[in-house]
Amino acid sequence: MVDGTENDIKPNGNYSSDNNLLIDCKNVDVFYGDKQALYNVSLGINEKEVTSLIGPSGCGKSTFLRCLNRMNDVIDSCSISGNIKINGEDIYNPHIDVVELRSRIGMVFQKPNPFPKSVFDNVAYGPRLHGKITDKDEMHHKVEASLVRAGLWDEIKDRLNEPGTSLSGGQQQRLCIARAIAVDPEIILMDEPCSALDPIATAKIEELIDELKTNYTIVIVTHSMQQAARVSQRTAFFHLGNLIEVGDTENIFRSPENEQTEAYVTGRYG
Amino acid sequence: MSKNINSMMLKRQSAEKRFRFYGQASLAIALIMLVVIISSMTYRSIPAFTNYGLNLNINLSNENISQDNINYRRLVRDNISLLDSGCDDRKCRKEFLRLFSSGAAYELRDTIENDPSLIGKDFSKFILFSDDADLFYKFGIDNSLPESERRLNDREITWLNGFKELGLVEKRFSTNLFTNGDSREPEIAGVLGAVIGSLLTILITLIISFPIGVLSAIYLESFAPKNKLTDFIEVNINNLAAVPSIVFGLLGLALFINFFGMPRSAPLVGGCVLSLMTLPVIIIATRASLQSVPPSIREAALAVGASEMQVVFQHLLPAALPGILTGTIIGLARAFGESAPLLLIGMVAFVVDIPGSFTDPATALPVQVYLWADSPERAFVAKTSAATLVLIFLLIIINLAAVILRKKYQLKW
Amino acid sequence: MPNYHGLFVILSSLLPCIIFLIVFISIDGFIKGVIIQNHLPNSLILLGQEEVDFSVSILRNNIHNLQSILSLEILSTDSANSLYNYYFFYRAGFLTLTICITTFLAYLAGKKLNVRFDARRNVEKILKFIFFVFSIVAVLTTFGIILSLIFETVRFFSQVSFSEFLFGIHWSPQTAIREGQVGSSGSFGAIPIFTGTLLITAISMLIAVPLGLYSAIYLSQYARPKVRNYFKPILEILAGIPTVVYGFFAALSVGPFIRSTGESLGLTVSTESALAAGLVMGIMIIPYVSSLSDDVMTAVPESLRDGSLALGATKSETIRKVIFPAALPGIVGAILLAISRAIGETMIVVMAAGLAANLTANPLSAVTTVTVQIVTLLVGDQEFDSPKTLAAFALGLVLFFITLALNILAMVTVRKYRERYE
Repeated sequence: MVDGTENDIKPNGNYSSDNNLLIDCKNVDVFYGDKQALYNVSLGINEKEVTSLIGPSGCGKSTFLRCLNRMNDVIDSCSISGNIKINGEDIYNPHIDVVELRSRIGMVFQKPNPFPKSVFDNVAYGPRLHGKITDKDEMHHKVEASLVRAGLWDEIKDRLNEPGTSLSGGQQQRLCIARAIAVDPEIILMDEPCSALDPIATAKIEELIDELKTNYTIVIVTHSMQQAARVSQRTAFFHLGNLIEVGDTENIFRSPENEQTEAYVTGRYG
Repeated sequence: MSKNINSMMLKRQSAEKRFRFYGQASLAIALIMLVVIISSMTYRSIPAFTNYGLNLNINLSNENISQDNINYRRLVRDNISLLDSGCDDRKCRKEFLRLFSSGAAYELRDTIENDPSLIGKDFSKFILFSDDADLFYKFGIDNSLPESERRLNDREITWLNGFKELGLVEKRFSTNLFTNGDSREPEIAGVLGAVIGSLLTILITLIISFPIGVLSAIYLESFAPKNKLTDFIEVNINNLAAVPSIVFGLLGLALFINFFGMPRSAPLVGGCVLSLMTLPVIIIATRASLQSVPPSIREAALAVGASEMQVVFQHLLPAALPGILTGTIIGLARAFGESAPLLLIGMVAFVVDIPGSFTDPATALPVQVYLWADSPERAFVAKTSAATLVLIFLLIIINLAAVILRKKYQLKW
Repeated sequence: MPNYHGLFVILSSLLPCIIFLIVFISIDGFIKGVIIQNHLPNSLILLGQEEVDFSVSILRNNIHNLQSILSLEILSTDSANSLYNYYFFYRAGFLTLTICITTFLAYLAGKKLNVRFDARRNVEKILKFIFFVFSIVAVLTTFGIILSLIFETVRFFSQVSFSEFLFGIHWSPQTAIREGQVGSSGSFGAIPIFTGTLLITAISMLIAVPLGLYSAIYLSQYARPKVRNYFKPILEILAGIPTVVYGFFAALSVGPFIRSTGESLGLTVSTESALAAGLVMGIMIIPYVSSLSDDVMTAVPESLRDGSLALGATKSETIRKVIFPAALPGIVGAILLAISRAIGETMIVVMAAGLAANLTANPLSAVTTVTVQIVTLLVGDQEFDSPKTLAAFALGLVLFFITLALNILAMVTVRKYRERYE
């Protein structure tokens, strides 16, 4: 158990900014109907580190996040232009199968959304879908491994048959993370994963994010600048649909180049 | 391995397409059935909108008669006999007369009563053929059947063909359909009696169910204490909305007719029964539209010192009115198309006269459809289809009224 | 506020008056009957109860006119005169009484008024009470239904045994009275009717449930909002078409079509087959299934759908494995309501299904249903008190309780569903 306050230190020092570029976005514009939500955003995201997207409400950070696994396709009025490449592959290419794409990119939502099924079935949902695992024992191992990684196994190993919705908020969110991990994604997108949680649950999730970055590339949208500072290696600041500044988290918080960024991170604005 | 995953992916994609197709197909089947029903009714009703007849010379000049002592039936008969039938025996003449509608005498009476100056003149009057002759002109006849199994024998067919060759036969729009009451003769039967009967019934339904429905909804929504009794009332209302309509007919028969001794076949009783059926619909619609008024309106009015009652009648009700009226109209439309309960309270009577009051024997339009559908005469098939079209047309008008009302007065909060 | 004072006087005097009048109207028929019965000649009474009932009912309809009482030639001139006088005094007395009470109450209410009197609160109290009475009407209707059905049913079971009705497999109420058996006519085994109802309901559900559910899935999950806004109301037109139109369509087009198709395949098909009625009823019920299912599937939280899609599930996998299970209670409720609707549906079966009570599960043969029997037993000339007429009420009672059970079950499941997500 790690207390929330203990985690309240600067980002991890051992990151290197010359990590491999995994996601490369160029000139992304997003429209909802006539309304433009993102203006010409170009942003690169490195492999196996945590990138946080910050900015005031309605600045387009969630919209940007949802572009990365094409969740915006669900919204009818939404149209996207520009170029997003993952591993050098244009994900908006018509030949790309969205379903296959999403199975490589996990997503954790703002509000925990476990399915109204048992804990086990929640985690097994993805592997079953993709037909990766058919053997029963193997599935058990997979579920266990995912729950262990999500730091939930010890707490709920006796409650695997209870409905996922019966867990506490923080547990539900970690269940959702376990569910995402179970499909072995390369990337995990997190859309304000802690905004519905209390400080202790938040601390656990943050600790988990820190561990996960050794295996996964994580992009996290957050409202809290402290959280961005705690968990991420790189930070991008969005404002009114524009990407204002991106850089190493340390630099963004210590010596931002842009005045708006400075105003925001120092709390004078936002 | 990757090949395996690819084939898996393909399988899932085709499952996706199949699933989506099932959805589209289901919707399409349902909509096609709708089109089939409406178009089959329309197609089958076409013959009902026209009637064949001929212009008969009515000879009134050489007879010394006044309006009171005309025997119209005989007048028609005599004048029909003037047509060349080539008959020399009674049976033959009778057969010849049978080609013409038995309603011709009544129509002639109406014509002369409307214009008494015709007495003492010779004039020509359009008279209708009987239903069998009419069908002969519309569809021809199957000559392969033996004569005894046909509706018309060879001699009758020769006459009818003769009329046609002489150019006497004329096809006219059938006004009877819209201006007459019921009749045993398909060519003179009309829906007016049933439409009036329906309107009288619906009027009663409206008068009873609207005030009771709206006021009880107001009570339940605004004044009722939260207790067991209120819960019970609510469950009752919800359940009543799903009770089969025929059960209301049983109630009407046992309660209104057998117990209270109200007259059978009367729009009054029909209206009472249908209003019990419509009541829950109106209550549920009224409550829903009262709930849709934002609470801030109510709080604002209460805060300036209005009483609960004043808030309801001066603020909530006006705001909710479009929704209430729409719900009421939809409920009434349902009652308008309802026939099962009316069968049980005797509104299936054969009523020729057009009902003039709430206690006259009457039938309703849907019941008229049922009655005609049961009639053996082939010409009634077209009549029945036409009656269903009239019914659907009236329902469309009623529902359009609801849509327009909602579009025009709906408030946006 | 003078308005309220006026209103107070009007309400407190007219209200009892209206109640009085309603009571009067409801017992009027009964009182007339008593008066008439006292005037009937002995010779008529000797002819038996049926004759008496008949005379009472036609006299009752003509009682307001002396001339027409005489023209019926049931009563002698003397007793006709006396009947008319009795009736006249009864009416006049009642009217006077009503007017007196109203005036007296108005006087009392007027006396109560003064400047300090809070008329508004009193008026509102009275109005609230009136509204309460109105809201009781629905409850009274339910009780009316239950009481009248039970009353007639008890009379039915005094003539026909309970076990014969519920377990007998032979139904022919129309047969003539068997000799030597008082009050028993025909046989009243309702099993073939129940199975017929079940058969037609089952056929209609086989049509309505898949078509309705898939339509709902398409409209709520796949269709663009514009498409949905067009097609949802159009689909609901199916529920707005009067059932008599469906009945006519079934009898005129579907029945003969199935018959000729069946015959060309070498099958014996009755023109009034269960299949024809069931098919058409199924089409009518599609919107009852689709509308509510659509609502409950739309109400499944967006986050669940997104969660599944983000895991790389296809749309159909999301619907089948997440949305459908989550919406299941609501969908079950919708189906239960649809079944209740199918069981109670009358016109389609009256027009397209048969009268013969065959105990069969063959959809190509003619079967009869509860509602068809109620209609045939009660339409046309009724013999009062005959088990034939009363049987209709017994069937009505069964129908009422079965649909009641289905409705309540449906309400409970839907409510559970709502509690889960709202």
